[in-house]
Amino acid sequence: MSTAHTSEADTPVQASTGKLAVGWALVGVPLAYGIYQTLTRVAALFG
Amino acid sequence: MGWLDRERTIAPPGFNRWLVPPAALAVHLCIGQAYATSVYKTALVKHFDASLTEIGIIFSIAIVMLGLSAAVMGTWVDANGPRKAMFTSAMFWVSGFLIGSLGIFTNQLWLVYLGYGFVGGIGLGIGYISPVSTLIKWFPDRPGLATGMAIMGFGGGALIASPVSSALLRMYDPGSNGADWVASGDAVGKLFLTLGVVYLVYMLFGAFTIKVPAEGWRPAGFDPAKVKKAALVTMENVSARNAVKTKQFWLVWIALFCNVTAGIGILEQAAPMIQDFFRQSDGVSLVSAAVASGFVGLLSIGNMAGRFGWSATSDITGRKRIYMVYLGVGAVLYTVLALAGSSSTFLYVVLAFVIISFYGGGFATVPAYLRDLFGTFQVGAIHGRLLTAWSAAGVAGPLIVNAFLDAQGKPGQLTAASYQPALLTMVGLLVIGFLANLMVKPVDERFHEPRPGRARSHEPAMEA
Repeated sequence: MSTAHTSEADTPVQASTGKLAVGWALVGVPLAYGIYQTLTRVAALFG
Repeated sequence: MGWLDRERTIAPPGFNRWLVPPAALAVHLCIGQAYATSVYKTALVKHFDASLTEIGIIFSIAIVMLGLSAAVMGTWVDANGPRKAMFTSAMFWVSGFLIGSLGIFTNQLWLVYLGYGFVGGIGLGIGYISPVSTLIKWFPDRPGLATGMAIMGFGGGALIASPVSSALLRMYDPGSNGADWVASGDAVGKLFLTLGVVYLVYMLFGAFTIKVPAEGWRPAGFDPAKVKKAALVTMENVSARNAVKTKQFWLVWIALFCNVTAGIGILEQAAPMIQDFFRQSDGVSLVSAAVASGFVGLLSIGNMAGRFGWSATSDITGRKRIYMVYLGVGAVLYTVLALAGSSSTFLYVVLAFVIISFYGGGFATVPAYLRDLFGTFQVGAIHGRLLTAWSAAGVAGPLIVNAFLDAQGKPGQLTAASYQPALLTMVGLLVIGFLANLMVKPVDERFHEPRPGRARSHEPAMEA
């Protein structure tokens, strides 16, 4: 990730890989499931 | 409840801004369930012994309340911050499910109107706008990408809720093995309870993860002076009260209204429309119900992909230009669909997919468009007021299509030609939207908020 900074001073971004992974997994996994389920329905269109 | 206050949500130095999009998505994925109501629509018709229209009113109330609450509560959301807004949205949305389930268990439809429609609809409106201004502030370098990610979630919510709801209804209904099975009211009531609990957890995760940037924060390497070079992008701020007095607000309102109306025209009729387009002279369609269902699924993907893809692209092209594409190219594609869509299913599917991606793109790009024109000060509140265009389009789109189709014949007898008047009307609307977007110019400086060195003697009047 990039380095963020306030107007006063540069502050390195905290190493929050774990939080990031959990946060994105919580929304990404259900979304991927929904897209997969929809695509299986879409397959009928090209079958 | 001080722990919900904006001051408690200011990010510490070094906070990773990429934690904010999942927080926003957590809320939008939940409220996106509003587009998955068709899963239990027939079950509710049977349970309440009501007409399709009577059950459809539940969804209509929710969408009208979405527009109204976003417009009315927008300033409150901006003033109180995203955590309080998301928490409030969660309370309303989940209460909507709980009251709705009570209505189903006790066989009182008015309770479902009140719960899912009225109370839940307020949760929809607050939830929809709650993360928008925060995302724009965290991603001043890529506002289109940021809002695209969140608003994509609203499209994605239905993709998740549809299969999950179908599976839960089968699980809750012991008689789900029959060929003509329709879920029982009891199963739908239990589904509402389950969704309420799951959405509560997810939305609270969003509320307690989201943070606002500290005053003066900006991402590394971001130079606001470079953004200023774009013609329409302002560094000034306009309040929500003054924004609605500008021509620019109403021009964008018209552009959004036309784009959404045209999209809803296809979305509302998607399954029967593709079958009618390929109906043979003997009355039988070349497109089966299963294939039509696959087509509806493909449109959902197009809607979601457009929200993210086109909105992210707008960071490079600029908002006005991408709206010219949505409305201008959209008008051309609609014309081809009306006049030549029935020549090949492949052409029909591709045209509809791109048109729907423009529909989704219009929703996701508009917060960044508003930020370009009016600054970040009250962009959430201005966005809320603009969403009345959505409510209006939600009424106008189906009304236009249904009125034309009713005049052409009965369902099951319609052909591609029957759709031409409705589709060509949509082309006209898209052209009007295109012209409105073309007229968008920078907001007059008399509407800008006062700042040191530039006082304002009186409130500006409505722009003529």
